[in-house]
Amino acid sequence: MLSKRVIACLDVRDGKLAKSVRFVDTRDIGDPVSKAREYYEDGLDELVFYDITASSDKRNIMLDVVEAVAEQVFIPLSVGGGVRSVGDATDLRLAGAEKINVNSAAVSNPGLIDACAGSIGDQNVVLSMDIARVDDHEAFPSGYRIVINGGRTPTDLDALAWALEGEQRGAGELVVNAIDTDGTREGYEIPLTRMISEAVRIPVIASGGAGKPEHLAEVLTDGAADAALVASMVHFGDYRVSELKRYLHDQGIKVRLSW
Amino acid sequence: MANTDVVIVDYDAGNLRSVQRACAEVGLSARISRAPADVLTAPRVIFPGVGAAGPAMQSIEATGMRAALQEFLATGRPLLGICLGMQISLERSEEQCTQTLGLLPGMVRRFSFSDHTLKVPHMGWNRVRQVRPHPLLAGLEENDEFYFVHGYYPQPSRDDDVFAVSDYEFDFPCAVGRANYFGTQFHPEKSGRVGLRLLAAFRQWDGTC
Repeated sequence: MLSKRVIACLDVRDGKLAKSVRFVDTRDIGDPVSKAREYYEDGLDELVFYDITASSDKRNIMLDVVEAVAEQVFIPLSVGGGVRSVGDATDLRLAGAEKINVNSAAVSNPGLIDACAGSIGDQNVVLSMDIARVDDHEAFPSGYRIVINGGRTPTDLDALAWALEGEQRGAGELVVNAIDTDGTREGYEIPLTRMISEAVRIPVIASGGAGKPEHLAEVLTDGAADAALVASMVHFGDYRVSELKRYLHDQGIKVRLSW
Repeated sequence: MANTDVVIVDYDAGNLRSVQRACAEVGLSARISRAPADVLTAPRVIFPGVGAAGPAMQSIEATGMRAALQEFLATGRPLLGICLGMQISLERSEEQCTQTLGLLPGMVRRFSFSDHTLKVPHMGWNRVRQVRPHPLLAGLEENDEFYFVHGYYPQPSRDDDVFAVSDYEFDFPCAVGRANYFGTQFHPEKSGRVGLRLLAAFRQWDGTC
């Protein structure tokens, strides 16, 4: 059977590593290339870079980071943040990214998903969704809405409807990022993750809220996620990737243990 | 072509630089080429690719790469197929009912499961179990896993041509070959140390089993 994946997400701003807490107050925490190498050697299954560079003239720095990482890290590498066109996706692919994450730009231009899938292949297009809880269940039947621009701007899209549309348009994978739990380290948004994972036939990566190994076990079982994304809990040295994977193995969850 | 250890066949089927980088990591100087002449003179060839069988075969026919690959295989020099490159090395694929190269007898089948919760494509890390010894699988251990992304799998005509299987509801062939041809459904270039070990073995391989 497939192993459940542990994926580390590295937010990169101006070529440096940052970690956002509830999407504000980002703090630099180191060099993305050496961090990527460290996680790779410690058994990480997949790596995501998210470019949060504000100014567009510094965006090429990200290509250099991706290129440097791809030369020494031989696991799937996924890159997102600011992908607005097939051209952006192609540039990142040539630099060494396996998968491309689309997010806000796909909300305003859903055809971007189809275009990227047609150009670089369904399996390489990841639809990343920032999702917030809502009380208005008439407008949002799933109880969740899509938010964009790093969580700052609410949209009229129901989270489940958007996930299904993304799958239908050719996304090969979904990232379910719960902004209510993101950066809190209090656990993933389990009901949301489960609802989406059970509704689609493509893999779902749970994101937002990991703080303890138990949280990963919970989202990979009760949350029905195929992969768990971690950030601050490994970036600040509280846990090692290998430690998380051994914990999951001890809980009876199949993970890759040989690397 | 001085100092080129391996030619990576480019036929518009995905980004091949990850394969080139992984080759560099194990000391193989690799050149990406779409020229049949480069394939014919190469010491070794890697035939990679991701995407769909139909367009891939059109590209291969249009560039004259079909004859070059057949001729290269006949020299006895080592040929490694990866993912789509491996799949179109068989005779035909259920994907778009495509007639493929026929370097290895057999066909490529679509995954079909009784368990509808199983996701397609089969994407992620899975164990690879050796069923028959092969120099490129030397050192493979029970817990070793490789990275997969695919919705179709190879089914060689002869059981003897299956060297390893992986389990996704059922055991499917994931490493196949005969004589100087070897093909993997998984991506050694994205499978960490375990994948690099296979590429390092390919560097040493003389094309015999």
